[in-house]
Amino acid sequence: MATGERGESGRAAAPPKIAVIDLHKSFAGREVLRGVNLEVEAGESLVIVGGSGAGKSVLIKHLIGLITPERGHVIIDGEDLTNCEPARCLAIRRKFGMSFQEGALFDSMTVFENIAFPLRRHTRMDEAAIAARVQECLALVHLDGTGGKATSELSGGMRRRVGFARAISLQPEILLFDEPDTGLDPITSAVIDAVIVEMRKQLDVTMVTITHNMQSAFRIADRIAMLRNGQITAIARPDVFRSLADPYIQKFLAGEPLEEEVA
Amino acid sequence: MSAEQTQASGVVGVLESVGRKSLGLFEEIGRFFFILHATVYWTFRRPFDGKEWLRQMVRVGVDSLPVVGLTSMFTGMVLALQTYRGFERFHAEGFVASVVSLSLTRELAPVLASLMIAGRVGSSLAAELGTMRVTEQIDALYAMATEPIQYLVVPRVGATTVMLPPLVAIANGLGIFGGYAISVALMGANPVTYWEKTFQYLDLNDVSSGLIKAAVFGLILSVTGCSKGFFTTGGAEGVGRATTSAVVMGSVVILVSDFFLTKILF
Ligand SMILES: Nc1ncnc2c1ncn2[C@@H]1O[C@H](COP(=O)(O)OP(=O)(O)OP(=O)(O)O)[C@@H](O)[C@H]1O
Ligand SMILES: [Mg+2]
Repeated sequence: MATGERGESGRAAAPPKIAVIDLHKSFAGREVLRGVNLEVEAGESLVIVGGSGAGKSVLIKHLIGLITPERGHVIIDGEDLTNCEPARCLAIRRKFGMSFQEGALFDSMTVFENIAFPLRRHTRMDEAAIAARVQECLALVHLDGTGGKATSELSGGMRRRVGFARAISLQPEILLFDEPDTGLDPITSAVIDAVIVEMRKQLDVTMVTITHNMQSAFRIADRIAMLRNGQITAIARPDVFRSLADPYIQKFLAGEPLEEEVA
Repeated sequence: MSAEQTQASGVVGVLESVGRKSLGLFEEIGRFFFILHATVYWTFRRPFDGKEWLRQMVRVGVDSLPVVGLTSMFTGMVLALQTYRGFERFHAEGFVASVVSLSLTRELAPVLASLMIAGRVGSSLAAELGTMRVTEQIDALYAMATEPIQYLVVPRVGATTVMLPPLVAIANGLGIFGGYAISVALMGANPVTYWEKTFQYLDLNDVSSGLIKAAVFGLILSVTGCSKGFFTTGGAEGVGRATTSAVVMGSVVILVSDFFLTKILF
C-alpha cells in the first residue's frame, strides 16, 4: 500500500494532513459515496456542505475510521487508516477530536465527566488541572455551571455544545465537527463559529466542519467543498466558491428549490 | 403466471428464507467469536481498568446473590421433597442427601444460576451496549481513541466469568442447606446421618466440575449479551430485539454447551 509522499504536481510541498482517495461506500445496495477524493492541508479549515442525506456524516466518519469503506483509502499523516493494526488505529485516532451530529454524550456520566473523559484517558493531568480545563471548555461554549448536570437534562443544542467542548478539550491536531451549529439560535451559533475561528489561528490545528449554515461556512472556512451524488463536485476558497457557475451551488447558496431531483 | 411457475417461485421462496436464516446463524456465530477473540486480545493490553472491573463484579456478583441464592435454595428444597417421595417407595430415603448434594453441585446450581444470570446480566449487557451503539456512544469511544471492546466489554465479560464460580459455590451451600432443612424438618430425617450422607459420595471433582461449568457459562452468556448489544442496529426497537435475543440465545447456548461440558468433564 502506497503511503507517504504522493508527489502530486501542483501541490504544496508539505504532504496533506488528510488524504481521501477514491472512497466508495454503500448501505444496503445504495451507493452513498461514489469515489470521494479530498485532501486537507495541515492547519487548514475545510467546510463540507451538501444536501441532507448526501453522505456528509458518512464521509466524516470515514475520516476517523468509524466506518470501513468498500473501496478507497483514508491517509492520515501518511498512514493508511483503512488498513492498520487495531492498536495502531487507536494511536492514529489520538490525533483527533470529533463532535457528533447528535452529541453522542455518554449518558452514564455527567457533563463534567464527559468533557473530562479524553483528558483522564490520555493525559497525566491531575484532577485540579482537569477541572480547570473542563471549566474553560464549558465557558467557551457558554455552558458555565452545567458541569454537574446529567446529560439527559440537556436540550438538543446544549448536548451538541457539550459534544463540541468534549471534542476540543484535549486540543487535538485534527478536529471534526458534524454540524456543530444546527439547532442553535443565531447568537449561540456565532459563539461556536468564534471558537472555531479562534482555533483556526493556531497554525497546527486542522479542521473539517460539516454545516448547513452557509453564513458560518463563509466565516470559518479556508476552503468549502460540496458533496453531491457521492462525490466532491466542487472545492474552492470561500470567495471563489460563492461565484462558482454550477447551478446547483447557486441554488444551494440562495436557498432555492431545485427542479431536477438528486438521485 | 402459470401454476408451475407459482410452485417454482414458492420453492425458491422457501429455499431463500432457509438460506437467509442459516446465513443469519453463521453471522451470529461469527460475531460471537469476534467478540470473544477481541475480548481476549484486549484483556492483556494496557491500560487495565481495575475500578471498572470492581464495579462490574459488584453488579454481577453482589447484586445477583439474592436471586441466585433463592433459586438454589428452593431447588434444593424441592429436590429433597421429590426424591424423598420417590425413594420412600423402595426404602432408600437414606440416599436423598447424596442425590441432593450430587445433582446440585454437578448440574443444577451451575445451570440454574447461569440461566438466572443470563436473564439478569446478559439482558442488561445487551441493552446497555445496544443503547450506546444506537446513540453513537460507541463511535464516540472510538473517536476518543478508546477501544470500546477494552473499555466496555472486557470488564463486563471478565467480571461475569470471574464472579459466576463463587456465586455457584454459595448456591451449592444454600441448595444443600435447603434440602437439609426440608428433610430434617418435614420428613423427619436424622440430622446427623443426613449430613454424613451429603458428603459421603461427594468428590472434590463434583464440585470443581460444577464451578468450571459456571465459569464457562459466565463467559458464554456475557459474550452473547455483549455481542448482541455491540452489533445492535435499528434504534430503540433494535435494542429491544437485542435484549430479548441475548437472553434466549444465551440460555440455549448454556443448555447445549452444558451437555458437551458434562461429557468432557464427566
Ligand atoms: N449506518 C447506516 N446504515 C444504513 N444507511 C446509512 C447508515 N448511515 C447512513 N446511511 C445512509 O446514508 C445516507 C447519507 O447519510 P448521512 O448521515 O451521511 O447524511 P448527511 O449528509 O449527514 O445528512 P444530514 O445533513 O441530514 O445530516 C442516508 O441516505 C442514510 O440513510
Ligand atoms: Mg449528517
